Amino acid sequence: MARMKFLCDAERCIECNGCVTACKQEHDIPWGVNRRRVVTINDGVPGERSVSVACMHCSDAPCMAVCPVDCFYRTDDGVVLHDKDLCIGCGYCFYACPFGAPQFPQAGAFGVRGKMDKCTFCAGGPEPNGSEAEYKKYGRNRLAEGKLPVCAEMCSTKALLGGDADVLSDIYRERVVNRAARGTPSMPPWGWDTAYGRPDAAKPSPAPAAGGAKS
Amino acid sequence: MTRRAWLALGSALAALGLMGCGERPQVVQYKQGSYQGKPDEQAWAGKPWDGNKKDWELAIATRNQNQNEYKRIR
Repeated sequence: MARMKFLCDAERCIECNGCVTACKQEHDIPWGVNRRRVVTINDGVPGERSVSVACMHCSDAPCMAVCPVDCFYRTDDGVVLHDKDLCIGCGYCFYACPFGAPQFPQAGAFGVRGKMDKCTFCAGGPEPNGSEAEYKKYGRNRLAEGKLPVCAEMCSTKALLGGDADVLSDIYRERVVNRAARGTPSMPPWGWDTAYGRPDAAKPSPAPAAGGAKS
Repeated sequence: MTRRAWLALGSALAALGLMGCGERPQVVQYKQGSYQGKPDEQAWAGKPWDGNKKDWELAIATRNQNQNEYKRIR
């Protein structure tokens, strides 16, 4: 059984916000609610980093722990979802979440909180798969269509990966190994080279064995 | 008033008083720590999988690997 996770490669994210836009479009998310957003650290400074953040579908989710009405559940694939019919919009999950994933529509008077809305890993919610009720409450159920989250699948630089955690780890590991071969300890790869490497770059020779090695 | 009348009146008042105890709960009874919402379907339950989990897993695994450009360009 898969364990669905997101993984964002900060070396590759170019802060295009394509994932944010795709998510909003795919699920017809109302104004003011962002299930996904891009956070940039040291914006404008050489070496800045961006990372796309949404619900991380925690294995031990704090939102589930604090919910007073127990409207959260975890699917067999490790996706954390919730029942909007049960949600009372108290906001405890927002305080508990370290990623700021839970969102609350504020269309009512005095900024009153509505039902919580968050990333569903494109897996819908507790309604029949692909039904109109599911789309209206939770958005499209791509997982039931055999597809992965739209944010990850459309990412142009493949910075954002989504899917089975074991597979994502393998993909990322292969990337890191390829990156390491693009620079030297004194001249590490930077910028574009860090993310993708240069095919023409000289590969470092294997490090000489440490002196005094015992036979 | 006869003894029977008093008895009937007492029974009626007792029944009236007990009516409140028969009221059905108006709120959901939560059990702390367990999901209280509606059950959800499995991803492979509906069309086009019709419960075929293997096919669904294969589709997801293929999509997973499509994210690895090192494999795609080979």
